Amino acid sequence: MTARVEEKLYQNRYVVDVGRPHIRIAPHVEPSPNLLAMTRLCPAGCYSLSDGGQVEVVPDGCFECGTCRVLCEPSGEIEWNYPRGGFGVLFKFG
Amino acid sequence: MTVETFDAIVVGAGMSGNACALTLAKRGLKVLQLERGETAGSKNVQGAILYADMLEQLVPNFREDAPLERHVLEQRLWIMDGTSHVGMHYRSDDFNEEKPNRYTIIRTQFDRWFSRQVQEAGATLLCETTATELIRDPSGRVIGVRTDRGGGVVHADVVVLAEGVNGLLGSRTGLRPIPRPDHVALAVKEMHFLPAETIDARFNLREDEGVVIEAIGTISRGMTGMAFLYTNKESLSVGLGCLVSDYRDGAETPYGLLDAFKKHPSVAPLLAGAEVKEYAAHLIPEGGYRAIPQLCGDGWVVVGDAAQFNNAIHREGSNLAMTTGRLAAEAIFQLKSRRLPPTAANLALYRKMVEESFVMKDMKKYKDMPALLHTHSKNFFLTYPELMSKAAQNFLRVDGVPKREKERATWRSVVRRRSLPGLIGDAVRVARAWR
Repeated sequence: MTARVEEKLYQNRYVVDVGRPHIRIAPHVEPSPNLLAMTRLCPAGCYSLSDGGQVEVVPDGCFECGTCRVLCEPSGEIEWNYPRGGFGVLFKFG
Repeated sequence: MTVETFDAIVVGAGMSGNACALTLAKRGLKVLQLERGETAGSKNVQGAILYADMLEQLVPNFREDAPLERHVLEQRLWIMDGTSHVGMHYRSDDFNEEKPNRYTIIRTQFDRWFSRQVQEAGATLLCETTATELIRDPSGRVIGVRTDRGGGVVHADVVVLAEGVNGLLGSRTGLRPIPRPDHVALAVKEMHFLPAETIDARFNLREDEGVVIEAIGTISRGMTGMAFLYTNKESLSVGLGCLVSDYRDGAETPYGLLDAFKKHPSVAPLLAGAEVKEYAAHLIPEGGYRAIPQLCGDGWVVVGDAAQFNNAIHREGSNLAMTTGRLAAEAIFQLKSRRLPPTAANLALYRKMVEESFVMKDMKKYKDMPALLHTHSKNFFLTYPELMSKAAQNFLRVDGVPKREKERATWRSVVRRRSLPGLIGDAVRVARAWR
């Protein structure tokens, strides 16, 4: 599933702010339904399930669309910021 | 350390931010515009259709040098099931007018051009700068913005929040809520490149003429959603969006649905042989009138997508953004020229101007549509499209069955699926929400 998204992402331009992920997931034992939904819902496939059953995020391919923020920020499950100015996705066509 | 002060800070260089900053700068105000992308437009995603009228009010001669793709000659609405579509097409040579009404555009290119007009009018644009916090004085009045640049505090009389649907500043400061999952749609989009002649031939077009296809039906699997296909000069914008709340409660992935739409037998031949050069995603405000937040307060106003200004029924968004951006600027200018401070009471002029414009009138007209489509999404996006396809096929297939029997069979299948009270109820609900 995510392999196909990754293929799509290769066409995009990104400036990754190495070591400064702009989305962080709060430590959890069991993910909430909303957080779990992000493993399917993130259009860039940034969310995945670890072997231990926790949801992880690698926001390198993020579109900064805000879907995960809408679903998971109000409950405090994730911390969401925009990447620093100039970093993140840079659309060629948009 | 001295802090530089501006008449206005505009956060964002999209449609609403550019419209606002341009109007302010043209009237001689000292404007700072902040944009977190490398250039204006590098973070922006749209279908995209540009409505000429709203831009013409800002840049009357925009057709001379704005990067426009094709003017829209033909609009198609498709109601789809798994293997077919029932379509309505409107094509008119009247749209081949000297000053066309609608164009397809590529946002990144268009926004760069729009931003150049803003800078030539005298506004200062600071790219690669993310506004991180609104600065308020002890009374709560907004007096400036903190940025992620070193020592990056700037002050202004007014801060214009043109930060888009996912803007952080307004919601972090408690000026408006984070959008609800049923008030935003997640749209994904791909850019498919083909030679201009191939596009002309496939869509029955001559040079610079364009087609817009909007599609609803089983392609969204019963969720509130819509797909689209727009012709650009040498590319096709292909996308699909559904409410975030519906996605959350379902089992689909956004890219899975987009791929299924691309493979649909009505769509696949239009895309055959194209080279995909970008995949993007964006949230679209879908909450309508009832989701519009407070529009102004002491020292601040909010415009465009950040204020949920989007007419989902007519798929008009960027023109509402341009119009609210311009109106905010006009209100700010009026206060400035009358030497009135930008308090909440005085800035209410902006709200009044929006209410008197087509923007709020249109938003009000469809105030009940989002809830209706959302709560009855399975009927509108699954059952009815399937029934329409069956009815059309039954009507068109020639097989020796008398027409009256065919009509009866179609009607029976409709009543069986939806029941008579159900049908009447849906009709009344749509009529009520539409008027």
